[in-house]
Amino acid sequence: MTIEQSNGNSAAAETVLRQHWISVLAKANGRALELAYGDLAEPPSHERLRGPETGMVMVRGRAGGSGDPFNLGEMTVTRCTVRLADGQVGHGYVAGRDKRHAELAALFDALLQDPARRPSLTRSLIEPLLATQAAILAERARKAAATKVEFFTMVRGES
Amino acid sequence: MYVAVKGGERAILNSHKLLDEERRGDPRVPTLGLNQIEQQLGRAVDRVMTEGALYDRHLAALAIKQAQGDLVEAIFLLRAYRTTLPRFGYGVAIDTAAMAIRRRISATFKDLPGGQVLGATFDYTHRLLDFSLAGEHDSPPAAAVGPAPLDAAMPRVVDLLNLEGLIEEERPDPAKDRVSDLTREPLGFPAPRDMRLQNLARGDEGFLLGLGYSTQRGYGRNHPFAGEIRVGEVAVAFVPEELGFAIEIGEVTLTECQMINQFKGSKSHPPQFTRGYGLAFGHSERKTMAMALVDRALRGQELGEDGEAPAQDAEFVLYHSDNVEASGFVQHLKLPHYVDFQSELVMVRAMRAAQGEAAADD
Repeated sequence: MTIEQSNGNSAAAETVLRQHWISVLAKANGRALELAYGDLAEPPSHERLRGPETGMVMVRGRAGGSGDPFNLGEMTVTRCTVRLADGQVGHGYVAGRDKRHAELAALFDALLQDPARRPSLTRSLIEPLLATQAAILAERARKAAATKVEFFTMVRGES
Repeated sequence: MYVAVKGGERAILNSHKLLDEERRGDPRVPTLGLNQIEQQLGRAVDRVMTEGALYDRHLAALAIKQAQGDLVEAIFLLRAYRTTLPRFGYGVAIDTAAMAIRRRISATFKDLPGGQVLGATFDYTHRLLDFSLAGEHDSPPAAAVGPAPLDAAMPRVVDLLNLEGLIEEERPDPAKDRVSDLTREPLGFPAPRDMRLQNLARGDEGFLLGLGYSTQRGYGRNHPFAGEIRVGEVAVAFVPEELGFAIEIGEVTLTECQMINQFKGSKSHPPQFTRGYGLAFGHSERKTMAMALVDRALRGQELGEDGEAPAQDAEFVLYHSDNVEASGFVQHLKLPHYVDFQSELVMVRAMRAAQGEAAADD
């Protein structure tokens, strides 16, 4: 493997990591991010480069679930871009109209890109948020599982 | 021709005040919280989001409150609001096969990998009024919790059980490079399927239900089966320009209906089961079933069927499905048409006079 390829791979791995925390931050409850922000030992100063601003993203489905895409309808989305004092830029895109949620998501996205901060933030923020989201999903899936049904086909009588 | 009128400002202002007072109702009754509407009138919220074509539970609840529960009016309010928001872009097409399932049933396949999951449904209820809900206390027993969650993988039934290729497959056309968007362009005919599906998704549930029903009663019959209905949460991903890769921005609750329809074949298509598709925001089962029936009916021409029935007539269906447009045009009849009517009066009088003269001449 050449050095270039190895760099390419690590950039790809970095993107996968970042996609993961961005997803967790977007799906989190805005209040949970506010609490986590309050818990930061040294709350970083940041400036807003864009937003927070609310707009829409068009949700697309596919004909038959797997065919050509079509436009189903829009959803409200709020986005924000921030820059930390050290120059690190973070982006937040969250469903809905909670501007603080978008700003905090952007802030944590910036912080998580800092290799020095990442391990502790992953442990203290991303992993617990993910665990909460997984628990909610599992609870819902267990309630649904309790409604699993076996239908029996009855043989129709001759008489 | 409609000629505008002036005046009536005070009456209109007072009418709006009266409207507000009537909306609020008896002030001794606590005001409705949006969270109450969101939580306890969820199906109304789902319908308003679907036909308002904007997924935002809180805004839909506000629209329902403001419209005093008139859902078509609420849909209008939501459509009007969306015009004030910028569009960030188009999402990545969602994958309903990856849905976190709340409900998933098939009327065609009894034994499904992952199972038939009833979820929360009005089906099998007795439709008897429950007077226990009339009181202040409304604390139902907790829902049963299964020992294990559902299987993580709940593939779409129609993909999984495409027995011997007897059900037509839905595959993207690699040559197709654009997706119609009715929020940016008017309806055009012949309307491609993506345009039709967007129109039907936003279309009035009652209108589509009646049309879907008409196909079952013989007006464009196509022998439908509910191949699968699923309800649950799906992640929405978006590619921001500044990032250049897809990120998940949240989840939406969706209902999907896969209708499977008997088809005797044509010159270009072998005998097989064809498909109709329904997709809507929230838990909107009746809507997606009606949409799937009408989607299939509108495919008649491409499948070589004689398209004589109303549900098979794309112009008839698509031009009349939107309840914001329909409601606006029907209800504009209430606005003063005095000049219009005056000219008609003059004309009818002239016709009568002419008829009288003709009679006198005989």
